[in-house]
Amino acid sequence: MSFFIASSPHHHMRRNTADLMRLVLLAMVPGVLAQWYFFGWGVILQIALAISVALAAEALCLLARNREASSGLRDYTAVVTAALLAISIPPLAPWWVIVIGTLFSIVIVKHLFGGVGHNIFNPAMAGYVLLLISFPAQMTSWLPPVTIAHELPGFWDSVRLLLFGFTGDGYSLEQIRHVDTGAMLDAVVMATPLDHIKTELAQGFTLSEAKGAVIFQGVAGSGWQWVNLAYLAGGLYLLKQRVISWHIPGALLGTLAVFALLGAVFAPDQLPNVDIHLFSGATMLAAFFIATDPVSAATSTRGKLIYAALIGLLIYVIRTWGGYPDAVAFAVLLANLCVPVIDQYTKPTAYGHHEERS
Amino acid sequence: MSQVQKYNGQDADIQLWTFPGGIHPPERKAPANQEPIRRFPLADEFIIPLRQHIGALSEVQVSVGDHVRKGDLLSAPGIEHGLPVHAPTSGEIIEIGEFPLNHPSGLSGPGIRLRSDHEDTWGQRHPLPDYRNQSHLTVLEHLQRMGIAGLGGAGFPTARKVAGARGIDCLIINGAECEPYIAADDRLMREHAAEIVRGSLILQWMTHASSILIAIEDNKPEAIAAMREAVAQTREQLSAEQQSDFVLKVVVIPTKYPSGGERQLIQILTGKQVPAHGLPADIGILMHNTGTAWAICRAIEHGEPLLERVVTLTGESIGSPCTAWVPLGTPVQHVLAHVDFTPEAQQRVIIGGPMMGFTLPHLQVPVIKTTNCILAPTRKELPPAGQEMPCIRCGACADVCPASLLPQQLYWLANAQDYDGLKAHHLADCIECGACAYVCPSEIPLVQYYRQAKAEMREQAIEHHKAEIARQRFEARQARLEREKEERLERHAQAAKAREEALAARKQQAEQRSASGTTDDAMPDANSDPVASAVARAKARKAEREAARNEESSAVTGTDTVQAQDPKKAAVAAAVARAKARKEAQAAAQKDTETNTEASTPEDKKKAAVAAAVARAKARKAAKQKDEDS
Repeated sequence: MSFFIASSPHHHMRRNTADLMRLVLLAMVPGVLAQWYFFGWGVILQIALAISVALAAEALCLLARNREASSGLRDYTAVVTAALLAISIPPLAPWWVIVIGTLFSIVIVKHLFGGVGHNIFNPAMAGYVLLLISFPAQMTSWLPPVTIAHELPGFWDSVRLLLFGFTGDGYSLEQIRHVDTGAMLDAVVMATPLDHIKTELAQGFTLSEAKGAVIFQGVAGSGWQWVNLAYLAGGLYLLKQRVISWHIPGALLGTLAVFALLGAVFAPDQLPNVDIHLFSGATMLAAFFIATDPVSAATSTRGKLIYAALIGLLIYVIRTWGGYPDAVAFAVLLANLCVPVIDQYTKPTAYGHHEERS
Repeated sequence: MSQVQKYNGQDADIQLWTFPGGIHPPERKAPANQEPIRRFPLADEFIIPLRQHIGALSEVQVSVGDHVRKGDLLSAPGIEHGLPVHAPTSGEIIEIGEFPLNHPSGLSGPGIRLRSDHEDTWGQRHPLPDYRNQSHLTVLEHLQRMGIAGLGGAGFPTARKVAGARGIDCLIINGAECEPYIAADDRLMREHAAEIVRGSLILQWMTHASSILIAIEDNKPEAIAAMREAVAQTREQLSAEQQSDFVLKVVVIPTKYPSGGERQLIQILTGKQVPAHGLPADIGILMHNTGTAWAICRAIEHGEPLLERVVTLTGESIGSPCTAWVPLGTPVQHVLAHVDFTPEAQQRVIIGGPMMGFTLPHLQVPVIKTTNCILAPTRKELPPAGQEMPCIRCGACADVCPASLLPQQLYWLANAQDYDGLKAHHLADCIECGACAYVCPSEIPLVQYYRQAKAEMREQAIEHHKAEIARQRFEARQARLEREKEERLERHAQAAKAREEALAARKQQAEQRSASGTTDDAMPDANSDPVASAVARAKARKAEREAARNEESSAVTGTDTVQAQDPKKAAVAAAVARAKARKEAQAAAQKDTETNTEASTPEDKKKAAVAAAVARAKARKAAKQKDEDS
């Protein structure tokens, strides 16, 4: 009889790309649940919409490129991209925002650059930046967390808001976002903690004054700190599962913390301190889920450290001196641009070649 | 290595280093390593390939029909480091020809078929127990004659490896056996520890190494215990002098694939790296497999050639997995028949382990010196490769590469057939351990790409070499043609010049001739026209004769003048004489011309031709001389 011929190795770890992506999606669940708890159904709707659009776009792109659509869809990369974009945008942003962003991410950033593995930029972050620049109003209309909101719209109101811009009772998104601060007679439009601090500091208030606002219940802003903690938990799960290594989150958070600490030491009342930097905004999401995207990150161990440290530094610089309250997407895209150079100069020395180097 | 602490009666631990990367695949050494090494009945027929190792092919010393005994030489030792092969058992040589090789290529190669007589009678054995009183050369020749080759990996001739190593400080006996499933060295160390240690001492004596480190992965506690005991016993037998001479230690290393790779094990034990393109001997290290040490011991102490080895028989398609002593040349088919092999559909039979082994197309190949494992896994146990997906640049391959290469970049470069890039990324340093492909989430068969690229680069290097030689040959030919062309032109120029000179000279002579009115110069014509020359010569002769006759007649007229007193008479007489003379001369001339032309024509023609040839040769010679002068 004749036997099956194969090339070594004949053994495989049995964890393929789809398994990795499923683990990433699983690790996102706590963070998504926290967002759902604090900000309502919007995030779930956005994720569902984004995944549907992403899968359709992925399938069409694969067909247009004469690739097998079924195997491409089964790798879950498009799902992860869509989910990351969906949780990054305001939960009740109009439906066309996420559709445009997802289409841009999948079609232009991913497939026009050659599909999975070939994209230079993190597709979710490129999509986010496109949306932020094109639709600044929709992209900054965050909801107040449930802790201080009058009430969050229910599921069907969320659907209506997303599709038509009004709840069943005829409230617009702007009206929903108004919060009775208690201190003032008029309700104010609610901003995110980072946005709030930026505005207050720019107006000459001190950090402690800015932190006196109602949004700052707890360490780094009501709701937001729990969302960040939930993503941190998910990230630790990914570390434990060895889906990601510690290098990127470690270097990113470490760099950000060091600069935040320096800022707090030298200008304690003019600059946000470490806890706000680490547990507000999209910091944990960036450290464990976005910067760790293998395709657009540096590959060698040293390269990963440099790449992530660069993101951490850029986040700090843009948050402190830039025009936007948060900075993850810009920082990640700028670092993506540096990856080829980082990879070139962080090549490990091959076995037996140490003498050539020295 | 001289810093390594000398033996002080205890197992002083030496510092261990680590190598980058590596993986921890399921070890699955059990159940094959659970039972003592088995021994099956002899096969009816053995196939002994002449080439079982790196080195030249040795010459067959037997012929069909010969009866040989166990251990008899079948091929001549010692040609260009080629190893001889021996009869694994007693029997009759029934065929010398081409047989399928136990090789990834699946090709055939020269070999000898032996029909066993099932007597297994030993031939003459020549032990060398007092090797310490022999010269190193004698021992090396003995090992060569015994066909000892490395039993770990490539089957490198042991004598050659030892002879080529100078200035050895540290001798490493490799019992790491890091690849999953394989348990041959494990069982050998458990059951033949003392022989392995004695073999190591022989190697130490030959290399003067100051330390012997026996490295074993910590997943083989029984083997470690057995080796430690054997080392302790051997130490007791050593003289005090010997004990202070060198360190002898069992070193337990952490289990990590591929720690048994030569270069990786050196890095673990010494922290040093073998220079690229170098050998371990360059940093004072020599490494041998435990099985090789055992074979050396048998060859020296008992005069037994390398006739059998321990083979691991494992995988879930094998009903009774075990290790077994298998005579070299036993067909794989025969071995598997004794271990309840029940192949499934699309069964894979792997020679070696799951990481680096190769699959066999059929079982009619023999067990050879490097066959440490026959693995027959089910598809459930080791699922075949899944569908290759696009690389997602995750870098997991780089994290596990023990040679600190960038497998992902090598993959892109191999796909682009960028051979310069592959060289710059040190593809040649890839040991094909398979760790990268093992972890790749996209299930890219990376090692296959590298092997292919390596083969293409080898091919390209050969082609390049050939092209270089062809270019040199072509250029040499072009240069020669050019030179010859120039020489020819030069010769033509010379000849033309000579002709012009000759023409000018002739013209000059012709002018002189016309000026002096003589017809004397017939020579140039003689060169070219034999008929004309003959005519000329005849004319000349006639003229001479006429002149003579004129003299004669004048003499006659002289006598006549005596009688001139009678002018009338004299005038008549003279006239008669003249007429006579004229008549005579006419007749003579006619006769002369006739005979002359008849006689001279062929002879003169030949002469003229010879002269012309001589002249031509002279002209050529002159031209040549001129060439040489210039």
